[in-house]
Amino acid sequence: MAKDPQLSTSQLSIGYPLKRENKTIASDLKLALQAGEFVCLLGPNGSGKSTLIRTLSGMQAPLAGEIDLKGHPLAEIAPRERAKAISVVLTETIPTGTMDAYSMVSLGRHPYSGWFGGLSPHDKQRIEWALNAVDAKAFAARQVAELSDGERQKISIARALAQEATVMLLDEPTAFLDLPRRVELMSLLRKLAHKETIALLLSTHDLDLALRFADRLWIMTEGGELIQGYPEALALDGRLAKAFANKNIQWDEALGSFRAHTEPCLYVYMPSQCTRSTWTRRALERLGYGITDSESKATFSIQISGNTESPQWNVTHKDHTKTFSSITDLIDWIQTTYTNP
Amino acid sequence: MSNLGTDRNTTRTLVIFTSLGLGIIALIIASACIGSVNLPISTVLGSIFGSETVNPVHQQIVLDFRLPRILTALLAGAALATAGLMMQTVFRNPLADPFVLGVNSGASLGVALVLLALAPAGISLIDGLNGSGQLIVVLASTGGAAATLFVVLTLSRKVDIMSVLIIGLMISYTVGALVSILMFFSMAERLQTFVNWAFGDYGNVSWSHMQIFAPAILLGLITSMLFVKPLDALLLGEHYAESVGTRAKQVRFFALLSASLLAGTVTGFCGPIGFLGIAAPHLSRHLFQTSQHRILIPASIAIGALLSLASDFVARGPGLDFVLPLNAITALVGAPVIIAALVKQRNLKRLF
Repeated sequence: MAKDPQLSTSQLSIGYPLKRENKTIASDLKLALQAGEFVCLLGPNGSGKSTLIRTLSGMQAPLAGEIDLKGHPLAEIAPRERAKAISVVLTETIPTGTMDAYSMVSLGRHPYSGWFGGLSPHDKQRIEWALNAVDAKAFAARQVAELSDGERQKISIARALAQEATVMLLDEPTAFLDLPRRVELMSLLRKLAHKETIALLLSTHDLDLALRFADRLWIMTEGGELIQGYPEALALDGRLAKAFANKNIQWDEALGSFRAHTEPCLYVYMPSQCTRSTWTRRALERLGYGITDSESKATFSIQISGNTESPQWNVTHKDHTKTFSSITDLIDWIQTTYTNP
Repeated sequence: MSNLGTDRNTTRTLVIFTSLGLGIIALIIASACIGSVNLPISTVLGSIFGSETVNPVHQQIVLDFRLPRILTALLAGAALATAGLMMQTVFRNPLADPFVLGVNSGASLGVALVLLALAPAGISLIDGLNGSGQLIVVLASTGGAAATLFVVLTLSRKVDIMSVLIIGLMISYTVGALVSILMFFSMAERLQTFVNWAFGDYGNVSWSHMQIFAPAILLGLITSMLFVKPLDALLLGEHYAESVGTRAKQVRFFALLSASLLAGTVTGFCGPIGFLGIAAPHLSRHLFQTSQHRILIPASIAIGALLSLASDFVARGPGLDFVLPLNAITALVGAPVIIAALVKQRNLKRLF
């Protein structure tokens, strides 16, 4: 790990000052964000992800502790200098009005531009670069109000990029996007963090994508703890499962995802390992069946054979065997045979 | 696409500004020439440049009545439009106007106290809006506006921006209620004087008043021009504004202060003039299709001045010997403008 982090904290307490006593959300946080690192911040609703991001960006004062921006205490840095170092993308909706996308991105140049906000050739160049980086050039001249959610989010990110900051903090930028758009955005941000050596922190609810894209994970628990580590390490040592522990869901270590926690009533033996077996397994789990390794425990067994053009599911139930040529037929048969005992 | 159509926009901006400028000049000429007495343009120019051949009565009409009135209309319109624009940006609310902080209800209370409460009790000697009484009205209304503003701004430091809007509204209602009570206990002719003040009039600013009026307005306008960049940032909301290095709270405070100075000065000298402050900024956004304040502030100044002068021209009813209430005319001009813009855009999100 690099030695000089862009942004670091020591004994940081975050929360809200209230009249009687402070409402502490998390305390004693020791965090460090390195240049060129893509960190995902996970945690259940209300665990304080947004509060942490607002605190790290200097919008909200910490209850206690220090935040250090490249060797200087964050609180002592003038707003304009801070804006040159930290850019943010927030969850709040932006009132757009008669603003075109280009003008919005150009607001990111405010820390650099003069009194009246005129743009220098370098400013313009940087705006162009930011628009190209998020592939938003095509709709830069359009009004922000007319853009789709995904396009607007790209413009928000371009605005932050135009700010030329070395630390970028994003609060749930993928929240309103569909899955392909989310994947696109995550891989884009990861690429930007690496290529432009930006220390990038992104909060998300999308555990699956975070596990796939993040260089490191920060997980905030409901108890106000912050767990850090490489995604795979957290998955393997069970800390991930513990952080999201809930009586209704269960961490599936083999699949690397959570699933609804139901005790299966019947078990199926399925030795095959291929794409079709993965989806067959998902179908079975959805219907409430468990997969077992021992043939004796199983109510029936499924053998998958054939090839992609003519797949075959051979179901051995007691003594007789049935063959299905599509997963639809298989699911139909299982449902009619077993679901209504 | 290479420069995102900026050239076309610049041309468009220049064309609109030029048209507005020509419109203002045409209205200035019309207002100077047409009125209770119609004067040819040569007489008007002769009066201004001190020509010997001009009838002294005509010269007095032009120099002492029409010119100050035109200048007042221009400045008041520019002031209200700019104040309205700043209020709409600071509150991020398209319905905000220069008076959201209760400036005009505060002014009404000041004037109502002088005209309805103190005067009948024999404390003040004034009998109307003429002569020296005018100055007392100006002081009363400016004082009332300043007092209300002080209360709202003091409270505003403790709460978020939406609450400031509601506090301003509530204080307006409260102060309005006090004025109603004063009116209830007042004699008919006193009431008439107060109502006349509330109608609004650009004709009360003499050259001696202008020495205070014009510098105060110019100071407010110049101050607002200093805020073009932070106001742009505030459009994104307070948090984003701070994230690009804007000291949002300070900017907000000074923008509210300068908007209220503008609105308070106009109300003090001309009475509460409604609608210009809300119509002109909307029209600026609609015409220039931008949210950049370095264009919107000059645009609001020009459109405000134009609408204001036009309203005054109509209110004085060319060819008639009576003056309609200015406030009624500004609303008659302003409301359809907003309705037309909204219908054309179909949705407020695109307009604001």
